Amino acid sequence: MTISKQPVSQPNMNLGHADTFLVIENVVKAFQKPDGSQFIVLGGIDLTVGEQEYVSVIGHSGCGKSTLIRIVAGLEKPTSGLVTLEGKAIRKPGAERMMVFQGYALLPWLTVRENIRLAVDEVFKNASRAERIGIVNEHIEMVNLTAAADKYPHELSGGMKQRVGVARALATRPKLLLLDEPFGALDALTRPKLQQQVLDIWDNHRQAVMMITHDVDEAIFMSDRVVMMTNGPEATIGEVLDIPLPRPRDRHDLRESKEYYELRNHALDFLERYQ
Amino acid sequence: MTLLLSLAVNAKNSLLGQLRRQIFRPNVMLPMAGFAGVIALWWVIALFRQEMMPTPLEALVKNLDFIIHPFYRRGPGDLGLGWLLLASLRRVCIGFLLGAIVAIPVGVLIGLSHAAWLAINPIIQVFKPVSPLVWLPIALAIFNSAEPSAIFVIFITSLWSTIINTAEGVANVPKDYLEVAEVLEMPRWKQLLKVVIPASLPYIFTGLRISLGIAWLVIVAVEMLTGGIGIGFFVWDEWNRLNVSSVFLAVFVIGLTGLILDYALAKLQTVVTHRPARS
Repeated sequence: MTISKQPVSQPNMNLGHADTFLVIENVVKAFQKPDGSQFIVLGGIDLTVGEQEYVSVIGHSGCGKSTLIRIVAGLEKPTSGLVTLEGKAIRKPGAERMMVFQGYALLPWLTVRENIRLAVDEVFKNASRAERIGIVNEHIEMVNLTAAADKYPHELSGGMKQRVGVARALATRPKLLLLDEPFGALDALTRPKLQQQVLDIWDNHRQAVMMITHDVDEAIFMSDRVVMMTNGPEATIGEVLDIPLPRPRDRHDLRESKEYYELRNHALDFLERYQ
Repeated sequence: MTLLLSLAVNAKNSLLGQLRRQIFRPNVMLPMAGFAGVIALWWVIALFRQEMMPTPLEALVKNLDFIIHPFYRRGPGDLGLGWLLLASLRRVCIGFLLGAIVAIPVGVLIGLSHAAWLAINPIIQVFKPVSPLVWLPIALAIFNSAEPSAIFVIFITSLWSTIINTAEGVANVPKDYLEVAEVLEMPRWKQLLKVVIPASLPYIFTGLRISLGIAWLVIVAVEMLTGGIGIGFFVWDEWNRLNVSSVFLAVFVIGLTGLILDYALAKLQTVVTHRPARS
C-alpha cells in the first residue's frame, strides 16, 4: 500500500500513461468580491488523470471541488493555469468531457429515451438514424431502464433519474467522464446500488473518470486514486491516496478487508484535520 | 325467485348507497353547499327588493326559453344566447391569438437580451396598468368600426401577462439544462429551440391563461360599449329592458365559459409540456 505520509502538492506519477491524458497544471480560480477584492477558491491545483483511470476528488463542502470539475468540463474558466486533454487545451465545454450532474439535469419535457436521444443526436450528427437509435437503446439497457424508457422524469425515482443521467453521459462516448457528486442526492439505500452499477459498467468499459464526492467510502470503493483537498479559501490538493484494492471490487468483501479500513481511516483522519 | 328479487333489491340498494356516498363526499358536498349559500343570499336580497330583483326561481322560469333554445334566430337582432356567446368567443379568440403571436416572441426576446428588456420593459410597465377599455376610443379612431376595434382591445389586453411571464420563463431556465446543452456543444439557435423555449412553456402558459382570463373579462365590457352581437351587449340590452333575470343568466353563462376556456388551456398545457398543469 502506498500512502503518501507527507502532504504533497504534486500528484503521484506512478501510472505511466497518467501524464499524457488529462493534465491540470497550476489551476487557480479567483472570484471578484463585491468590494473589489479577490476571493481565491482554488490556489494552484496540479493533477493528472490517466486514460483508464478512475480518480475521485474529495473534500469538505465549499472547498472548491465542484469548481475544479466545472473547469475541466469547460463550464468555468480558470483564472490562471492550464487544463489539457490529450495535449489540447480546454477552453470551452465539449462532449468528449460529458458530465453527470448532481441534480440529474434531465429535461422534464422529454422521456428517458428522448433525453438520451437528444444527446446522441447532438454528438453523433453524422451517424445514421438506425445507428443513433441503436446507441440510445444500448445505453438504456445498460442502466436497466428499458421498462421506463418512455416515462417522463417526474415519473421516476431519484435513483432512476440518475441512471438516465449516467446513460446519457455514457451514450455520447466521452473520453473523460465527469461525475459531479452523482450520488449525492440519492437516499442511503439507492446509493450503493447505483455505485455498484456504475462501477460494473466502468469495469467492462474502462475509461477516464473524474468524480467529485464528499463520501469517503464511495471514493475508496470506486477509485484508483482519491485526491483529498484542503479547505478553502485557496484550497489545494492535500494528499493523493492510491487505492490498490483489487478489482472487480465487492462491497461485502471490502468490509472484511483490513487494507480497506486502513485506507478509510487514513482518509477520515485527513478530512478531520481540516474540519 | 325470491332469491333473484332479493338480489335485485340488494343491487339497487347498494347502487343507491354508492350514489349517496358519492354525494356526501366533502369534495362534492362543500362546493354544492357554497353555491347553495350564494343562491340563498340572492333569494334574501330579492325578497327585500321585490320590485326589481327576481328570486332565483322567477329568474329560472323567465330564462327557460333562453336555456332551452340557445340557437334560435327570430330576426336580425333577436338571436339565441348561443349565437351571442359564439360571437363574443370569436372576438376573444382572434384578439387573443394575435396577442399571443406578438407577445411570445417579444417575451422571448426581452428574456434573452438585456438591451431589449431595457427598451421594452418601460413600455409594458406604463401600459399594463391602463384599463384595456381606454384603448377602445383610440381603436375606434384608427379603425372607424366597432368589430376590429373590439378585437384590437382584446389584442392589447392579451399582450402584457404573456410577455412578462414568457420573459420570466426564458430568463429563469434552470442553469443545469443550459449546461447540458453547452457540454453537448449545441449551437445557440438550437439551444433556444430545444431547451430554452420548451423549458419556458409552463411560464408561457401561465401568461396565456392570465391573458385569456382578462380578455374574457374585457370583451363583456367592450361589447357593452360597442353594441352589436355579443354576450356583453346582451347584458346591457337586457338591463335597459329591466330584465334583471337575463342578467343573472348571463352571469352564469359568462362564468362557466371563462372556466371552460381556462380548463381548455390547462389541458393544452398538459399535452404540450408533458407535465401536469397547476390550476
